[in-house]
Amino acid sequence: MSVLDSKIPEGSIDKKWTNHKNHIRLVNPANKRSIDIIVVGTGLAGASAAASLAEMGYNVKAFCFQDSPRRAHSIAAQGGINAAKNYQNDGDSVYRLFYDTVKGGDYRSRESNVHRLAEVSADIIDQCVAQGVPFAREYGGLLDNRSFGGVQVSRTFYAKGQTGQQLLLGAYSALSRQISKGKVKMYNRHEMLDLVMVDDKARGIIARNLVTGKVERHAAHAVVLCTGGYGNVFFLSTNAMGSNVTAAWKAHKRGAFMANPCFTQIHPTCIPVSGDHQSKLTLMSESLRNDGRIWVPKKIEDAQAIREGRLKPTQLAEEDRDYYLERRYPSFGNLVPRDVASRAAKERCDAGFGVNATGQAVYLDFASAIERYGKEQASIHGMNNASKDEIIAMGKKVVEAKYGNLFEMYEKIKDQNPYETPMMIYPAVHYTMGGIWVDYNLMTTVKGCFACGEANFSDHGANRLGASALMQGLADGYFVLPYTIGDYLADDILTGKISTDQPAFEQAEKNVNDRLETLLSIQGSKTVDHFHKRLGKIMWDKCGMSRNAEGLKEAMVEIKALREEFWKDVKVPGSINGLNPELEKAGRVADFLELGELMCLDALTRNESCGGHFREEFQTSEGEAMRDDENFTFVSVFEYTGEPGEAVLHKEDLNYEAIEVKTRSYK
Amino acid sequence: MNLTLKVWRQKDANSKGEIVAYDVKDISEEMSFLEMLDVLNEKLVAEGDEPIAFDHDCREGICGACSLYINGEPHGPMNRTTTCQLHMRSFKDGETVFIEPWRAKAFPVIKDLMVDRSAFDRIIQAGGYVSVNTSGNTIDANAIPIPKEDADEAFDAATCIGCGACVAACKNASAMLFVSAKVSQLSLLPQGKVEAEERVKNMVEQMDHEGFGACTVTGACEAECPKGISLENISRMNREYLKATVSPGK
Repeated sequence: MSVLDSKIPEGSIDKKWTNHKNHIRLVNPANKRSIDIIVVGTGLAGASAAASLAEMGYNVKAFCFQDSPRRAHSIAAQGGINAAKNYQNDGDSVYRLFYDTVKGGDYRSRESNVHRLAEVSADIIDQCVAQGVPFAREYGGLLDNRSFGGVQVSRTFYAKGQTGQQLLLGAYSALSRQISKGKVKMYNRHEMLDLVMVDDKARGIIARNLVTGKVERHAAHAVVLCTGGYGNVFFLSTNAMGSNVTAAWKAHKRGAFMANPCFTQIHPTCIPVSGDHQSKLTLMSESLRNDGRIWVPKKIEDAQAIREGRLKPTQLAEEDRDYYLERRYPSFGNLVPRDVASRAAKERCDAGFGVNATGQAVYLDFASAIERYGKEQASIHGMNNASKDEIIAMGKKVVEAKYGNLFEMYEKIKDQNPYETPMMIYPAVHYTMGGIWVDYNLMTTVKGCFACGEANFSDHGANRLGASALMQGLADGYFVLPYTIGDYLADDILTGKISTDQPAFEQAEKNVNDRLETLLSIQGSKTVDHFHKRLGKIMWDKCGMSRNAEGLKEAMVEIKALREEFWKDVKVPGSINGLNPELEKAGRVADFLELGELMCLDALTRNESCGGHFREEFQTSEGEAMRDDENFTFVSVFEYTGEPGEAVLHKEDLNYEAIEVKTRSYK
Repeated sequence: MNLTLKVWRQKDANSKGEIVAYDVKDISEEMSFLEMLDVLNEKLVAEGDEPIAFDHDCREGICGACSLYINGEPHGPMNRTTTCQLHMRSFKDGETVFIEPWRAKAFPVIKDLMVDRSAFDRIIQAGGYVSVNTSGNTIDANAIPIPKEDADEAFDAATCIGCGACVAACKNASAMLFVSAKVSQLSLLPQGKVEAEERVKNMVEQMDHEGFGACTVTGACEAECPKGISLENISRMNREYLKATVSPGK
């Protein structure tokens, strides 16, 4: 038997979760009071898990590196959250959400987990509304929905372009309630720097107080990692500046296997890079593709004229525009999944049709939506003779109500008015489907160490559909982990308090201190960002939107060399005592320099194209991704052995019982 | 463009701070304000100096981590814009720019431009929630229709990012706009009405306890709020507070 036991319950797909809940072990309320749980990260998964566990009676210690749990990067999610409510009566169901998610993930996710996600999705909406989350509503007072990529129903709940903010503030309020009751002890401005193992079980963490600089020991009966994704390995991404892999990577080095690390989502609609100074990229929500049409000029000479500033996009006649998504994928059009839309943009730009100075941008145009909505308004108000200007003005108002804050955000960054001229967009790193391997109970290969939300790998396969990240984070935190963790903790009711006064804690604390001292003592010639930017460039060029064996092999050599150079020549100012943001960054980049190599190894091992993983050698004559189900219907699970490039590959075979595996087509 | 920056440097909470001048060169208009500070910090690190500490994270105007008085204005010269969304095209070549941390008793400086805003967390912990368990066994989300205008108004209040610009802008360092935004959001929704009275009393009590000043309705908070949170929320909170404290039976 494989070392991996996914613990998928028996029974038909729609009964697994119910049966499992009915049969897993529970911890009685009195015993919960004597069990401590550490939750690292306070985004949607972490805040909801911490609040739920505390409410059930466990003693929770929650950690975040930000100055407040409310600032976790879930807050930046814009578009929405999916749920199989079928409020629009358009044929939606738990099965359809399940099916769309498995298909969207290009048949590389674990069927049982995805079905569970779809099952609990409706509860999330009920829960959030009960907490006072102000979702968008229709005039009748009921909840509104919109549509996202890769699906043909409207199942996305939203709060303008700030859905992540509203959901996170909901979870933060639930967490705050438990903090006030004393059931959660909150540690702001603390960063986890190691996982502590006692007798093969996760029994605590080493964390650094980022204000005092003090390295602290924290013990618990279980550790839950809700530490988000690692897109910042690319330096430029839509992630927050602080988002990092460190906590997950430390767990990996302690025995938690990493699954599908190369599965990265490159989001199609981001504001293009403007120069070398750029510190991060900004997403423009996928919801814009409900109404925006993506195009580039049909003629290469027009593209050139636009790039040189001789021609404006608004001057180009309709027949001279290539709405390439509508052309290539007529049935889904602008709402194809993200991986497909991103690759199509890259294809057009690589062919010379890009529309900004760097040639790395395409248009997202709202002109026809503005006109369509304007005509609708004219009709509603009985204005049969409305002028074109009146129609446009009314249409702009409708578009503003839907996407106003996104348009504002765009204008602030680009200094261009997207109501008047099309937005320019280009794909950017956004989300990592890969992550720490977990079983059905969300436990990693380290006993007592769990992973939720983006930090784990389980639900999105090789490509995540829009509005599914918020769903998964909250599903894991509110409704899955609080049940499944009991099955493990049932053995711990007599354990008693875990002491931090044990050799394992002492050793781990010493390792952390030594490493921090080493980083400070190198006093080389280059800054942390210098190395981070170089790593990002290697990753983007060779392990980004398209990959090939040769490039990946080169990247592995280059990253290893860069890592060695980093440990010889990085310059970190200041001391270990007190606040030192450069020291924090240095530790994170050191871990990215190891992760990057593992991602390339994974991409190199997977000799097929699937979802966001596009290997140039494996494509159809039309340039579509070519999966190899015969040989690659498995999760690649890597065991750390001392060198990231020499990690041992284990395979979790994926069995599809409820869904027939097909070639994914959005044509 | 080239700029002179006059930046508040303070080693830690207990040390005395001072303004230090720095020259930055070849700044592009496309850079964000924080990217301009990144450039300066890279230079400082390369020269063996300690970089300037400032809070920041999402850099897209939503997490609320960034702050800064820029030339005396919270989040700088642009309306409805956080510091991270401010771009250098708002400045002129040769300009001198003063950069300081939020100044308020309830927001003590941690280092340089970084302040401690945990008082906001404690105000939310005092009552900024609906006391509903996270079991999922609530009623169907559509069981209670909510008039669109109420939902929209609640949403507008809920968009507060907790950055503290309202406190920084207020001559009394009052937190009324922040507190009233949460009180309003929840009192506008049927789910929040149930415990509205307790909530407003507890949150106001905690606000006073943290050492924020009183509100004299100058409106500076609304003018400087990067999310455009309306003063109407303060009026609504005052009504809620009155209802909770002086209505018959209290």
